[in-house]
Amino acid sequence: MEFILEFINDLFGSVIESVQNDPVLLIKQIAMWIIGGLLIYLAIKKEMEPSLLLPMGFGAILINLPESGAKEVIDLLFEIGIDNGELMPLILFIGIGAMIDFTPLLRNPKYMIFGAAAQFGIFFTLCLASFLGFELNDAASIAIIGAADGPTSIFVANVLNSNYTAAIMVAAYSYMALVPIIQPAVIKLCTTRKERLIRMEDNGKPVSKTTRILFPVIVTIIVGIVAPDAVALIGFLMFGNLIRECGVLNSLSETAQKVLANLITIFLGITISSRMAAAEFLQWETLLIMGLGLFAFVFDTFGGVMIAKLMNLFTKKKINPMIGAAGISAFPMSARVVNKLGLQEDDQNFLLMHAVGVNVSGQVASVIAGGLILSFLAG
Amino acid sequence: MFNFEYLLQSLPILGKGMLGIFIVTGIIILTVSVLNNVTNKKKD
Repeated sequence: MEFILEFINDLFGSVIESVQNDPVLLIKQIAMWIIGGLLIYLAIKKEMEPSLLLPMGFGAILINLPESGAKEVIDLLFEIGIDNGELMPLILFIGIGAMIDFTPLLRNPKYMIFGAAAQFGIFFTLCLASFLGFELNDAASIAIIGAADGPTSIFVANVLNSNYTAAIMVAAYSYMALVPIIQPAVIKLCTTRKERLIRMEDNGKPVSKTTRILFPVIVTIIVGIVAPDAVALIGFLMFGNLIRECGVLNSLSETAQKVLANLITIFLGITISSRMAAAEFLQWETLLIMGLGLFAFVFDTFGGVMIAKLMNLFTKKKINPMIGAAGISAFPMSARVVNKLGLQEDDQNFLLMHAVGVNVSGQVASVIAGGLILSFLAG
Repeated sequence: MFNFEYLLQSLPILGKGMLGIFIVTGIIILTVSVLNNVTNKKKD
């Protein structure tokens, strides 16, 4: 009998010790396994941002095993990859920059206005989160979820030393995956069918190679001057884009778009899970952050649509207000959603190029918004 | 739970942030328009 008890003790020592030390923690850890399992389920079965939700879900289980030996390694990854100069999100931005074709935006630079307006939800949520009792650094980090831009969210939350980095990451990536569900509902709520039927011509203006090469350099300089704290973010994004557009570094551009972005993505999700330890993650505030993230997303979409409606009051050539919704930077998902909605109303109404132009402007605008917030709070 | 003091602190950020973002994007729009005109004229 004694042998059996000793054997059980040897085999399940870590669990027994956990139960003896803190039984509540063990229950919380089991809850985290369920959350991890849910993230894996959503990634595989629903194909919601699988490249990030799957590693995060697995990491959540890994880190919440009693006396987990993986914690040290994952913490080290966090320290090197995120805590230490936000390396991972920045390097990922090189890949994202290399993937983006800014031509539709350069053809219609006024689309930048929609990108700017679609950041309204961020600032509005900042106020709401502050009102709900979050300190300014946390409120700003939560608000950035509305940017629908994972690397910017990580960057801002980390620079502002937020206590809720993991919850912010989970919310940011979950809502990015939910763009096809959230955005159509909001768009339909604030537009009439007549507005959704507006057709837009493609202006077909040529964009010179010189413009495409100079754009990333000029944007980096402008944003760098206004928001020096965001210069790394915009700089790495535009560096990736310059590699793409210069025309002499095709091999590097392809590597940045595929190999580099994939490599970082593999590690990013599992690294973020280092902040998903049960004791830190399972708090009332996590639920509140998920709610605020949704609020930011909804009001970003609302801001983009409303500015388009406002512009329609003063312009001859009417704009389909749905394209304003693509001003959040969930690229290219948001543009696809808008195009699909347009085709649902009228199967000859192709809005894709316009929505893509607005969508890439949202990518730049979300970085500017993040940079401004950093300038106000960290500067 | 509700904190009016924090809310009052955040309101100027809302104003400055939205104004700032429109000013920066305005400068970018202007620059790109000029760039488009100059480089397209050169082509002609």
